[in-house]
This record gives sequence, C-alpha cells and structure tokens, in this order.
Amino acid sequence: MSLDPTYLLISLGAVLIGALSGGLGSYALLRRESLLGDAVSHAALPGVVLGYLVAGRAPLFLLLGAGLTGWLAALAALGVSRNTRVKFDSALAIVLSAGFGLGVVLLGWIQNNPAAAQAGLNTFLFGQAALILREDLVVIAVAGAIFVTLIFLFWKELALAAFDPAYAATAGYPVRMLDAGFMAILVLAIVVGLQAVGVVLMSALVVAPAAAARQWVHTLTAMMPLAAGLGAAAGLLGAIWSTASGVPTGPAIVIVLGVIVLISLLLAPERGVLRRAR
Amino acid sequence: MEPAIEVRDLSVAYGEHLALSNFSAHFPAQLLSAVVGPNGAGKSTLIKAILGLVPAFAGQVSLLGQDPKISRRQVAYVPQRSDLDWDFPATVLEVALMGSYRSLGWFRHPGKAQKDRAQAALAQVGMAELAPRPIGQLSGGQQQRVLLARALVQEAEIYILDEPFQGVDAPTERAIVSVLRGLKAAGKSVIAVHHDLYTVPSYFDYVVMVNRELVAEGPVAQAFTPENLKQAYGLAEVLA
Repeated sequence: MSLDPTYLLISLGAVLIGALSGGLGSYALLRRESLLGDAVSHAALPGVVLGYLVAGRAPLFLLLGAGLTGWLAALAALGVSRNTRVKFDSALAIVLSAGFGLGVVLLGWIQNNPAAAQAGLNTFLFGQAALILREDLVVIAVAGAIFVTLIFLFWKELALAAFDPAYAATAGYPVRMLDAGFMAILVLAIVVGLQAVGVVLMSALVVAPAAAARQWVHTLTAMMPLAAGLGAAAGLLGAIWSTASGVPTGPAIVIVLGVIVLISLLLAPERGVLRRAR
Repeated sequence: MEPAIEVRDLSVAYGEHLALSNFSAHFPAQLLSAVVGPNGAGKSTLIKAILGLVPAFAGQVSLLGQDPKISRRQVAYVPQRSDLDWDFPATVLEVALMGSYRSLGWFRHPGKAQKDRAQAALAQVGMAELAPRPIGQLSGGQQQRVLLARALVQEAEIYILDEPFQGVDAPTERAIVSVLRGLKAAGKSVIAVHHDLYTVPSYFDYVVMVNRELVAEGPVAQAFTPENLKQAYGLAEVLA
C-alpha cells in the first residue's frame, strides 16, 4: 500500500473513530445499554439530513444534527417506558424504526436536490470511510480529546455509577446527572462513527470491541484501552479493505469486528469457550 | 440518646400498590437492629425509603436527628448482592475502594491512604488475600463480604444492610456477625433486613416488625414474642 495522503487521512479517520467508539462503548456494554445505542444510531439519520439542510456539508453540523435527534430518541424511549405500560425494549424498537423511517424519507426527498445528491448523504446508511474529509477528522479528534479528558476526570464516579447506581445515590452522588453523562457518552460514541460506519451498523462498533475486550481482561482500567485498541484495529482494517475493494465501509468493519469477537469468545483465557472446555 | 434513625408516618407506593402505609418506628443508636417481616411486607422498601432511593409520598425520616439531606453521608449502605452485576470488570480491592470515593471528592483518584484503608477493611471481613481477584470469581459469601468491606471503608455512623445473610456460607455468616458486633462496640448503629427468625435473638438487640405497617418494635426480649410474630407472619408460617 502506498503512502498516498488520501489513504493516510482515511486510515487515521478510521482508527480514531474505531478507538473512540470502542472505548466509550465500554460503558454502554456495562450498563446494558447496547440496544439503546442501536436506537440512537438509527434515529441519528434524520438529524444528519437536518444538519445538512441547515448548514450544508459542514461536519460539525452533521454531527450536531445526528447527536440531537439521537439524543431525543433516547429521551423518548426513556419517557415512554417510564410513563406508559410499554416496556423499555419495546419503546426502543418503536423509536428505532420511527427515527430510521423518518431519516430514509428525508434522505429520499433531499436526493431530488442535485447539490444534496452530490454531498453523499446516502453513504450515512452503510458508511463510506473514503468520504472522510480533513474537517471531519478535526471534529472527531477534538471531540475525542474532550471526552477522553472528561472520562479521566470523572473516572471513579462513572465507574461507581455504572457498577452500583443505588450505592452511588446513597453516597450522595447526583446519579441523574451521571446518567445524563452516560447518555452523552453513548450518543457521542455513536455520532462520531456515522460517516465511516453508517447508522445501520454503527451500534456494532460501540458494543463489539467492548464485548471482545471484556473476554481478555478483568478491570475497567484495562478494558477501556483494549476496547479502544480493538475498535481502532477493526476501523483500520475495515477502511483499508473497503477503500481497496469499493464495498461500503460499515459492513467491512463489522465483519472484521465479528472475527475479533469470535476469536475472543473462543480463545480468551478463563472466559473463552475452548479454554473452559478443557 | 438521640435515635440513629427516626421514621414518622411514612407511606410509600409503587404505582397503585401501597408498599408501606403510615409507618412509624425508630432505630436506637449504638445497637444492632433487625427489620423482620414476611415476603412482600415492605422491609426493603423501608430501608430504601430511609436511604432516599425510593420516594415516599408522605412522612419524614430523620438520620441522627437531622434532615437526611444533611446527614445522609453518615450512612453506609450494603445492598443485596443480587442487585449487582458481578460480571462487572473490577477487582475486590477496587470495589472496597469505592467506599472512599465520597470522602475523596471529585477529580481525585484514590491513593495509598485509601488503598491501605480498603485493604484493612478487607482483612476485617477475612478477604485480605483476595484483594487482587476479579469480583466475577467470588462465591456468594465472598461477594457479600466485599460489599460489607466497602461500607466499612466509608467509616460511617449508621450501617444499613439489606439481607446480609441471604444465601451465604457459615464462615461468612460468622464473619459478618463479628464485624457487626465490632461496629456496635465502636459506637456505631446497625440496621439489617433479616430473614432467619431463629438467629434474631442471638444476633440483634432491637427488632422492628413490618407488614406494610408497623407490627411491633422494641428490644428483642420484649418485642420478639410469639404473639407479635403471629401478627406479622400469620399463624401458618410461624408453625412451619
């Protein structure tokens, strides 16, 4: 492979995206919010289109739009399950399909506009790392740096609230605020990857690296960096494969992730199926 | 002496279901108190309402004679171990250290002083050598002891435990009883939801009997009587 600057940009983007969603996704996995992640990512699609309508192909606005509708979807699911007899998983399924349906309709409608068709918004369905721009990369890197700092600062509070929220509340922590923090982490982990992986498969990049990492290590301090590393590796391999062959990036990354998870499930010491079978 | 906890006219409901109604009781300071009653009587609800984990629609709670908002940090809570996900990636020492978080405050990470305290608390519950072990590899009794160690690290005035003896082995039960007696000797107050009626007289000083309302409360010698038990549990359960 040559050191073509475009290749470098794409690879760097895929690595950053994989690392950020993989690392942040550890919380989603530990809080059993994987399905919530899926709803958020599907419901981010209408937000991407709205972001485009407001500001054109400006990366920050696409992410803000995605984050906004993703966040609203999560709140809607929580609100429905708290205030009606509909269970949380059903509420998520409703929000997921409604959000995604709305996104697809908006996307179809906007394609009639030649400029919008040029912007490649439909690649947000399955992702296309080859379309990552330098500005996308800057936005992702800055958002990533901010969130890594916040996670370091609030490390012990986030870990405590994820493990034992009732105890955290009795110790006087503002558990509602921490919950909102987790939600923000989840939404961010998702929106940064939308460009590369697409709304349909994005939740895999949030959940799978964490699930694989959990097989190998026993502490959160080890799990998060490992999940970030596995996410980065999957992002890189998937992006290279996709750029070389022309398949959409999302499916390519998810197939790589699938192999990583399978290996981890089978071979990890202590937890691996094969090790335990011995 | 001021009671450790005082509950006045407390009512708690889950939706339409009234879990506790007009409940008043007090838990004396520096004693071991048991909360007993049949399944579904509202024992866990009572301590969760005291801790502010479930909202009460009527009534007041005071901790150490103060509004819970002020004195809640003097309370250490030991939840039921079945409430937690034991597959969480953490070691025994890390869970014990969680008891030091609140006194550390925001942004500061635990240092040597906190680790020493956590290690000492683990030794108190007989788990010193297990400190580096992942919590996923613990037995039920060991899980319970880690949660107790975490509460000890908090160095609170009041310790509230939800069924600490539920499904634990005999050595764990002895270890917990000895820690609770140590707390009492150090002038702390202990409140535990308790299931095993046979051990109430030997483990506890004071008993509060619950069945949606207060059935009886008082020193074990006076309140833990067949008549009161019959009233709390119904005849069949006491005979069985």
